[in-house]
Amino acid sequence: MSAALIERDFAVPDIHCAGCIAKLEKGLVADSRIAAARVNFTAKRVHLSCLADAELPELIGAFSRLGFEAHPIGDGAPDAAAQAADSRELLRAVAVSGFAMMNIMLLSVSVWSGAAGATRDLFHWLSAIIALPAIAYAGRPFFRSAARALRHGRTNMDVPISVGVLLVTAISLYETATSGPHAYFDGAAMLLFFLLCGRWLDSVMRDRARGGVTALLRNMGAGAMVLDARGAGRWVDAAALAPGMVMLVAAGERLAADGAVTSGATRLDLSLLTGESAPQRVGVDDRVHAGTLNLDAPVLVKVTAAGADTAIADIARLMGEAAQGKSRYVRIADRAAGYYAPAVHALALLAFAGWMAAGYGWHHSLLIAAAVLIITCPCALGLAVPAAQIVAAGELMRRGVLIKDGSALERLSEVDCALIDKTGTLTLGRPVPIGLDAVAPQHKPLLLALAQASRHPLSEALARALAAEDVPPAPVAQLRETPGFGVEAEWRGRGIGLGRPRGAITDDALATELTIGGAAVATIRFADRLRPDARAAVDGLRDAGIAPGIVSGDRAEAVAPVARTLGLTALTGVSPQGKLAAVARQRAAGHRVLMIGDGLNDGPALAAGHASIAPGSASDAGKNAADCIILGDRLMPAVDAIRMARRTQAIVRQNFALAIGYNIVAVPLAFLGHVTPLVAAIAMSGSSLIVVGNAMRLKRALR
Amino acid sequence: MNGLLILIPLALGIGLLGLAAFFWSLRQGQFDDLDGAALRIFIEEEGDEDRAR
Repeated sequence: MSAALIERDFAVPDIHCAGCIAKLEKGLVADSRIAAARVNFTAKRVHLSCLADAELPELIGAFSRLGFEAHPIGDGAPDAAAQAADSRELLRAVAVSGFAMMNIMLLSVSVWSGAAGATRDLFHWLSAIIALPAIAYAGRPFFRSAARALRHGRTNMDVPISVGVLLVTAISLYETATSGPHAYFDGAAMLLFFLLCGRWLDSVMRDRARGGVTALLRNMGAGAMVLDARGAGRWVDAAALAPGMVMLVAAGERLAADGAVTSGATRLDLSLLTGESAPQRVGVDDRVHAGTLNLDAPVLVKVTAAGADTAIADIARLMGEAAQGKSRYVRIADRAAGYYAPAVHALALLAFAGWMAAGYGWHHSLLIAAAVLIITCPCALGLAVPAAQIVAAGELMRRGVLIKDGSALERLSEVDCALIDKTGTLTLGRPVPIGLDAVAPQHKPLLLALAQASRHPLSEALARALAAEDVPPAPVAQLRETPGFGVEAEWRGRGIGLGRPRGAITDDALATELTIGGAAVATIRFADRLRPDARAAVDGLRDAGIAPGIVSGDRAEAVAPVARTLGLTALTGVSPQGKLAAVARQRAAGHRVLMIGDGLNDGPALAAGHASIAPGSASDAGKNAADCIILGDRLMPAVDAIRMARRTQAIVRQNFALAIGYNIVAVPLAFLGHVTPLVAAIAMSGSSLIVVGNAMRLKRALR
Repeated sequence: MNGLLILIPLALGIGLLGLAAFFWSLRQGQFDDLDGAALRIFIEEEGDEDRAR
């Protein structure tokens, strides 16, 4: 193959088993335009090498022929790549420090078990040769961060770590050169190893959640079919759309840019944009917005604004401003370090001054000070937070909750009031057929056969509901879809059809009609429905001491039944700015607000809330702004996440207490000069193991 | 002491070999898709023929 190949990444959320991997990798290369396909199961992604002229819809078509839904991933994530490189660098540092620790320990054990004289000196020199480059390499993350903090006149956990490691290494080197009995190279390497493990766990957790979120992003309206002057269509990416172009938007597609309808009439689903649940009727010359879903019929839309000029971009600006408050949040480990670091330095200084005053000479005093530093260095403290948080995040992920980072868990544990969006959050946010039971059983297989053939949102909803009832599709022939009207087919020699009802139906209702031989036999209505466990989730929030309330962009008549069913107070018809203001009001009243929402209109409020949760069906903006994403149709995982967050915080506090208790025992020993390298090694690894073991208890926290 | 002159370089050498192997596998991307690697053993052998070609 000589033609130039281009590389593209797709998120494919439905990869579940080895069969899927094999099917995708073999099935995709069967397409002549695709040269190679490689599945990354962990990230649920597929990497394609394809011919440069292969257009996006065709590639997505290749996926859907295999039965998978694929979403293109743009190059717009250099941030994520940098993060991945970060954790890879940490992993390398872990490996180097681990190697150094094990080999130095090998030599140290011989020294502890009685090597003396020239042998001990040789072993100390060997330890130094291993330790110095290893510490120089593996210590860089701490040295960098400590230097940054000191430059800004602040202190963090990395300052005592860096000072401790450097001082201990220097003293050990001096001891080695003067044939002293104690060298702490093993302690320094071990300290770095444990701390790097904690750092690496933290970074892996962030990467994994971020990968999960990227896989969920739908790249809403990633492009559009643009018609040129002769009426020929060509696919244009959303970024390349420009005002004046004419887009052909098929039923079931999302608009990629703002514009005005030039031909055709349809209804649009605005729920992600405004929270409005009833579809909006649009005709020629009506203005339409990016992100809305075309429900009924294909329309031509002349682009008036694209990219950064769309109405969506305004909301994005609001979100950027709202998110600044969250970046000021100080994580618990850094808060602890604020008290801890000065205490450690003061203790070491005190030990040095005390032994100097007692007349033992600067060499002995410095050795004692180093022992105090290495004992107090927050080995267990560095693991206390990340170990607990990664266990909690892993456990939540198995329950369908993605936590973006550790700070999200900390903030989630502190919330005391919740503002919940209605459309798409308390409700499913998609049409669900109602009254399917009224349909005669012999008609259901026909409905499924027809509904399966169409990508129209109503057909998909119907097919999903019927598949859940285990209805088999009827054997039909000559399936064809007429956009805007419906699907037709031949069944036992008679024409059947599924399409828009011809009778008089009120504007608000979504409905579809099954006809056999031209006569209507069944009408199915659709409506948005409450999530199955919305009531239980609201009760769960109340039990957790969190006062819930509704803020919705929808009309009062549409919100009232939901509010009544759940027994909640509601604000209705609220704009995105209004939601932001509602969050600010609660905050001003001293509350820590949990925002739960899905739409683009919830984005600013999600960014502003003390913590925020979005369902997996949310808009991309919502998912990006939220701290935590729940997958599936149930709302209960949101309550699980809060309970888990609180439990994690309790474990973290226990871990801190353990680490401080250990210091209370060990510091006097170090002060009195009883801490030899052997005691330091035992104390350090022992306290780290206890802290990690305590964190593992979180695995059972939700059972 | 003679034993040490052989054994210590040997121990360090083997350790370094392990470290180098780990770095190599990291660069090869063997840690990029851990869950997928566990599942790929269930895939029928056709993939191997592809590679042989």
